[in-house]
Amino acid sequence: MTAGTFRVHVDPDRCQGHNRCYSVSPDLFDLDELGMSSEVGQGLVPAALMNQARLAVDNCPEQAISLTKAEP
Amino acid sequence: MTNRHPPVSDWATDFDHTDSGWAADPYPIWAELRRRCPVAHSERYGGTWLPVTHELVSEVAYDTEHFTSRSIVVSERRPGPDDLPAPIGLSPPITSDPPYHGIIRKMLLPAFTPGPIAALEPFTRELCRELLAATEGRAALDAAADYAQHIPVRVIVRFLGFPQEDADIFRRFIRQVLEDVDQPADERRETLKELDAYMDAQIAEHTERPRDDLTSFLLNAEIGGENLSIGHVRGTMILLMIAGIDTTWSAIGAALWHLARHPEDRRRLAAEPGLMDTAVEEFLRAYAPVTMARLVTRDFDFHGCPLKEGDWLLLPFPAANRDPSVFEDPDVVRLDRARNRHAAFGLGRHRCLGSNLARMELRVALQEWLARYPDFELADPAAVTWSGGQVRGPRTLPVRIR
Repeated sequence: MTAGTFRVHVDPDRCQGHNRCYSVSPDLFDLDELGMSSEVGQGLVPAALMNQARLAVDNCPEQAISLTKAEP
Repeated sequence: MTNRHPPVSDWATDFDHTDSGWAADPYPIWAELRRRCPVAHSERYGGTWLPVTHELVSEVAYDTEHFTSRSIVVSERRPGPDDLPAPIGLSPPITSDPPYHGIIRKMLLPAFTPGPIAALEPFTRELCRELLAATEGRAALDAAADYAQHIPVRVIVRFLGFPQEDADIFRRFIRQVLEDVDQPADERRETLKELDAYMDAQIAEHTERPRDDLTSFLLNAEIGGENLSIGHVRGTMILLMIAGIDTTWSAIGAALWHLARHPEDRRRLAAEPGLMDTAVEEFLRAYAPVTMARLVTRDFDFHGCPLKEGDWLLLPFPAANRDPSVFEDPDVVRLDRARNRHAAFGLGRHRCLGSNLARMELRVALQEWLARYPDFELADPAAVTWSGGQVRGPRTLPVRIR
């Protein structure tokens, strides 16, 4: 993992299934059978998807998504 | 709508969400209240409160201890002894409180995820095209009455598995339940009885001949190994019908109203189809149709306001969406607004179950309208009328096709 890698995470206690993140980035987020969201895999964000990750954070009505620098 | 109440004297101390001023343009009212007091009060409907900031609306939405969802439409008719007791309420799960709320909601959620909703899209698109084809050759039409209102009613009728020709009956029920909230309590009880009887007939018909629709899905559903009671099934059907129709009709109409008045947005949306998803979210933010309500569960102090057990509290998500402390230039519609945490579908555990359905209908309705009528304008701005009460949207929207 290179420095400057970011990770998205959906707080399952806050997610209410608005599906905004899945709508802006189906590559970074996945839905379960109830429509609740979680990050795909470890939530690592490829550089090309950084903008989508930010959009997901900025459009979650429940503020359930965090975007943080991954541990080196 | 008819208004049986006297005009509002002061919005901070005597507000009424059925007042014609609120229906016509509530945004300046909320802006004024945000400056004067973040929580307004009114003696009407037996005592009602109104927080208008995003922060306070969120706080109430997340607080199921001090606020119950047992009744979510403010009217002269408070929940009485005939109503199902909390935590189930009359129309589960919207009128349910935790933990029961979560159990019923979980049962319904899979039917409203993107997959099953996408399956309704071809029907919706075909329906929009048919409605528009019927307007062929007309230079003027009512975008609310001739177009927007028919879309959600027919989609939900199909989803529930009722006869398509009953769409008109539905529209009348909805108007009575949602808009005529200031009608006397006994008249309102009669309306609700009639609605129950319609649903009971549908339940009997589906019990006899089960099929692949939401009504049969509800009749087959089990909680803890037992089928739902008929009262529960009926309440949820009424909820899906009411919640799915007036709301989306309002959202489609308001978006068309905006586009009729803003040629630059209309041209941009027609030229940049990729902007549609973001634009749909912005229309939902700026013209969110739905205000919810709660009942106060016990006396307590809410930011300096003495809330009493049994008081109503209006939860104006549309006002939260115009709060300048959360949204930059909240009164400006920006089709490409990138940061948009709007609360049009509510916040917290009661997030609108049908949000994916509503979004799909709004997107398809706008796509099809713009494909056929890229250039249109209000025929007579003064002739536009808006519904009041808790679901606000254009009810008369005469446009001229160019």
